[in-house]
Amino acid sequence: MSESNASATRIIPGNALRPEDIAAADLKPSTDIAEYALRLGDDSLLLAQRLGWWISRAPELEEDVALGNIALDLIGHARSFLSYAGHGLDKTEDDLAYFRREPEFRCAHLFVQPNGDFARTIARQLLVSHYQFELYSRLLKSTDPTLAAIAAKAVKEVDYHRDHSSQWVLRLALGTDESRRRMIAGLKLTWPYVEELFVDDQLLDTLGDAAVRPSTLRASFDSLITALLTEAELEVPDVPAAIGGGRSGKHSEHLGYLLAEMQVLAREHPGATW
Amino acid sequence: MAAAPAVDQMPSETQDEQAGREQFDRLISEDSRIEPRDWMPEAYRKTLARQISQHAHSEIIGMQPEANWISRAPSLKRKAILMAKVQDEAGHGLYLYSAAETLGTPRDKMTEDLIAGKARYSSIFNYPAVTWADMGAIGWLVDGAAIANQVPLCRASYGPYGRAMVRICKEESFHQRQGFEILLELANGTPAQKEMAQDAVNRWYAPSLMMFGPPDDDSPNSKQSMAWNIKRFSNDELRSRFVGMMVEQVKVLGLTLPDDEIRFNEDTQQWEHAPLDWDEFKEVLAGRGPCNAQRMERRREAHEDGAWVREAAAAYADKQALEAATQQKAA
Repeated sequence: MSESNASATRIIPGNALRPEDIAAADLKPSTDIAEYALRLGDDSLLLAQRLGWWISRAPELEEDVALGNIALDLIGHARSFLSYAGHGLDKTEDDLAYFRREPEFRCAHLFVQPNGDFARTIARQLLVSHYQFELYSRLLKSTDPTLAAIAAKAVKEVDYHRDHSSQWVLRLALGTDESRRRMIAGLKLTWPYVEELFVDDQLLDTLGDAAVRPSTLRASFDSLITALLTEAELEVPDVPAAIGGGRSGKHSEHLGYLLAEMQVLAREHPGATW
Repeated sequence: MAAAPAVDQMPSETQDEQAGREQFDRLISEDSRIEPRDWMPEAYRKTLARQISQHAHSEIIGMQPEANWISRAPSLKRKAILMAKVQDEAGHGLYLYSAAETLGTPRDKMTEDLIAGKARYSSIFNYPAVTWADMGAIGWLVDGAAIANQVPLCRASYGPYGRAMVRICKEESFHQRQGFEILLELANGTPAQKEMAQDAVNRWYAPSLMMFGPPDDDSPNSKQSMAWNIKRFSNDELRSRFVGMMVEQVKVLGLTLPDDEIRFNEDTQQWEHAPLDWDEFKEVLAGRGPCNAQRMERRREAHEDGAWVREAAAAYADKQALEAATQQKAA
């Protein structure tokens, strides 16, 4: 990055942090921190890739704008996390996004679930936005200042995502018979991928207070989601949890297609700048 | 929505109409603004409603060729910029539909006219965006032509239209710069990237010149629009000015325009260019462009697939309103 683009923003919580600032900063995260940042970055990146599809296809122009905005926020979070991970792995954000293979990605299965109809997309948004809000609210206190700073910016944006998805769940669940049927179906299709979000693994033991143990988020996630579902006169779907594995590179059939499309042009011109 | 004059307050409609017409003529002659509640000739209202809704439709259909590259944008920064740009276009569509609504046509009706094939949109969006460089050429040439057209519209006599255009032009100038920047990066990149950039400029050049509309001697509505201070410059004047800008900018890119007849005519003080294929323009306008059917199908599909969502939102809002009214009554 050229000097003229560098901002004077210091990486502390509360400053409006840009991915470029992180890329330009002199940071040296450990391999474990980098691995953790990859997880968070990949989640947001792949969901943004999914949500981008809605732009020009949404049920109302206002939703083209809203879903586009959410996708943009997520791309911003992904760029920050991947730029940070890149410092530890000697890669750029684009090396990581465009030149990793499928098993090298670290996203959980929920984030790559198909858009389906609008209700299924909203169900996914509901679960993701509540999970990310709880996660970033706690990551604010990370002993790693860069993770804390990224979380400080992201949590404000994700709070809006939470509001957006919650309002739509109410409208769809309590709107018409058709929308209610679709909302129930969307939630049921999405619910099996909740469990994976809250699984702790060895990396979390190593990272200690630099990271957030996913299992510690479950209780507040459940109570918020249950309260909203109750208001929407919906029930928690009675479906078994899917075996995850995204954090160790075991992915669903969906990821390959998403990456094929996302990476095709960059890989056609290796070494090119854009 | 612009209300019709309240009949009970008007003892004599003709007198009122006469006063309205006098005021309208005075405002136009003073180069002042007409606002939604002002009296206006029916033809003025219709002309504006048609123009603003076509403009809105163009923003919305124009999202499609660029949305086509969001998933494949070759860097995360470019992906974010492209998403923001296409999102801006949805926003422009919203301002413009709102401006058109002040003339009395609801947005739903305009959308229905669009998907029924009764309303037009800028025919340039019926060309396909087949390579990444098209994102550059669309920004530089198509948005560039749009700006040349739209900057004078900021002074259009109809207030809501002029004000919408001020905001839109600000964003469009960002769009044009990002298009230029994409091309600049490609032109200075690998041979394959440079070739991609030149190919895109070759394909988008003539269609972008045609965005200014038919030549002046074949543009029947222009004269009246100019008299009403909606249009400030003729199609050919704007086109000439645009060619003059592009011919300089293309040098910075290190690319060429596919037109060896560009020259500045000292006598007329106008930039001249090679003849354009107006038969092709008419064909595309008549629905026989490469992507007309595809663009309309996408719009129709989004609208129809979204019907149940809009119905749900309306039903929920009704229930909430009813509940609030019941609570108020009880209290």
